[in-house]
Amino acid sequence: MIPVAGSDRFEGNCPNCGAPVKFTFKQAVQTVCGFCKSVVVRHGVDLQLVGKVADPLIDASPIQIATEGQHGGQPFVVVGRIVYEYWGGRWNEWYLAFNGGANGWLSDAQLEYAISFPMNAAVPSEVARGERLNLGNETFTVTSHTRARYVGVEGEMPFTTWDKSESSFADLRGANRRFATIDYSEQPPLVFAGLLVDYDDLKLRNVKIFEGWQ
Amino acid sequence: MKVRAIECPNCGASVELRGYSHSLSAVCIQCLSVIDTSQPELTILKKFQEQDRVRPLINLGSRGRFGGKLYEILGMQERRIVVDGTAYSWQEYLLFNPYSGFRYLSVYRGHWNFIEPAKGYPEPAMKLVNPGLMYLGERFAHFQTAEAETSFAMGEFPWRLEVGQRVTVKDYIAPPRLLSEEITPDEVTYSVGTYQTGEEIAKAFSLSTPLPPAQGIFANQPAPATNLKSVWVTCGLLVGALMFLITVIGAMSRNEVVFDQRFHYSSSDPESAKVTDVFELKGRTSNVEIAAETNLANDWMYLDMSLINTETGQAWDFGREVSYYFGRDSDGNWTEGDAKDSVIIPSVPSGKYYLRVDPDMSNDNGPHAASYSLKVTRDVPTYWLMWLALPLLMIPAIWRTIARGSFETQRWAESDYVSSSSSSDDD
Repeated sequence: MIPVAGSDRFEGNCPNCGAPVKFTFKQAVQTVCGFCKSVVVRHGVDLQLVGKVADPLIDASPIQIATEGQHGGQPFVVVGRIVYEYWGGRWNEWYLAFNGGANGWLSDAQLEYAISFPMNAAVPSEVARGERLNLGNETFTVTSHTRARYVGVEGEMPFTTWDKSESSFADLRGANRRFATIDYSEQPPLVFAGLLVDYDDLKLRNVKIFEGWQ
Repeated sequence: MKVRAIECPNCGASVELRGYSHSLSAVCIQCLSVIDTSQPELTILKKFQEQDRVRPLINLGSRGRFGGKLYEILGMQERRIVVDGTAYSWQEYLLFNPYSGFRYLSVYRGHWNFIEPAKGYPEPAMKLVNPGLMYLGERFAHFQTAEAETSFAMGEFPWRLEVGQRVTVKDYIAPPRLLSEEITPDEVTYSVGTYQTGEEIAKAFSLSTPLPPAQGIFANQPAPATNLKSVWVTCGLLVGALMFLITVIGAMSRNEVVFDQRFHYSSSDPESAKVTDVFELKGRTSNVEIAAETNLANDWMYLDMSLINTETGQAWDFGREVSYYFGRDSDGNWTEGDAKDSVIIPSVPSGKYYLRVDPDMSNDNGPHAASYSLKVTRDVPTYWLMWLALPLLMIPAIWRTIARGSFETQRWAESDYVSSSSSSDDD
């Protein structure tokens, strides 16, 4: 992860095509050029071209960039997205910018939704299914352990995604709908904890339209 | 977004994918090939046989409303478990809403469940011999563990249909809810079902023809009298009301002693009949209790009595035999009868009365003698009707408790925990 200081907003030009690119969210260090689909990383005020999104991400999630919703009484807007692929299919991690300045993730795995936030917690370098872990002052159980890779990225990101290959992910469940995930693509591993939610709980607006479902 | 269609790589028939890119496999309705739709180049995973074909109870593509949300049936699979050499099949319908996601309907012998993915992690909750699960504050009792496999499927699914792959299914119940744990080598998933009747399902889908009726009792079928506790609370309230009534009757009765006198009798006395002084019975027409207390010991006495109204001459004649015997034998002390006796005469009007008493005793082995007292009480409270009512009041609650017990026995007869009294197994 590359720490970013400075103003909330930053504007520059795409190093590939020259089209304007915006970083609207303070923690964002990576974005995708809306015109040529180049992945652009920001180092201070310099913009670096790191690659290009292979093909447009067509999928059936009702969520899209600029979808708005709320969680725990706090409004958020979707500013970015990572698509992961694993043996059982694909899932989306939507990057959320909250009004209060916090950032979180909305996971959408075949329309099963979970909201999580980065958490400072030390975790073992390897976990097995069924293992119990204490994160903060809560106990979680590891329910799945899968290897996955990025297959696509869209919008703004709080870290750079381009140079990532396959890595391990662990899903954990706790009491009362509590949910956590460990991302082993970084060292030390990234820990996120949050809540399993229903679609209606999120009060989403500006979602995709499905023909015949209005 | 729009629904897309693919061409079956085997027979070329058009296969519509109504679940958009969520659908990872689909069955061609023409040739029953299972197509892997997760990749642009379509491959065939397997093919069902024509004789496997099952007719769904509700057509694919039908839309129904659950919890106010509209869902469309995308697929149906028939799943099978084998218990003690017998195969049991049930159908599972895949429901889809492009926003809320996937839900399921299961049906076995007319019993339905609306199933949602579980939120949160069920924790083990052992109780006696039953390894249950605690889920969102509720205990689910383990019902059955079985190996399930898919014997037929049609439509489309958000997973790759692994035909022939066995899945361990553990069912836990807290009627009307059913918690299912499905274990594959790759993952453990939990889902929660809520019992639905065929009528509820037919209504949800606005079906014009009724669904097959339910047979037997299903694992998480709610018991008919759902709240035994409230039945017993009602019973308790009725008993309380009865007790209150008893207190009121006691308080409202005069219970007035109007005459009490002791007499002596000997079988050698020729003028044994007595006439008492006149006493007054007051108040409304009500009962009169005449109590006799004797000093009999291993003897009997017959009291021939009349209650006579001095003004009208109306008489109530009655006879009472008092006998009291006691002794000791090989079983210890014994007694028979009672030295005391009482009788209640109902509906006696107010007025001035006297008693006429003619005692009689045995003359065997010489004359017998005894003393006895007569006590007359006006308007005594009578409770026997109340005591008769008490068990009658409890009958509905007792009957429902027994009925529930028999319902539960039938429910558990299909489980891994058949009670030894109704089981023919000897393991």
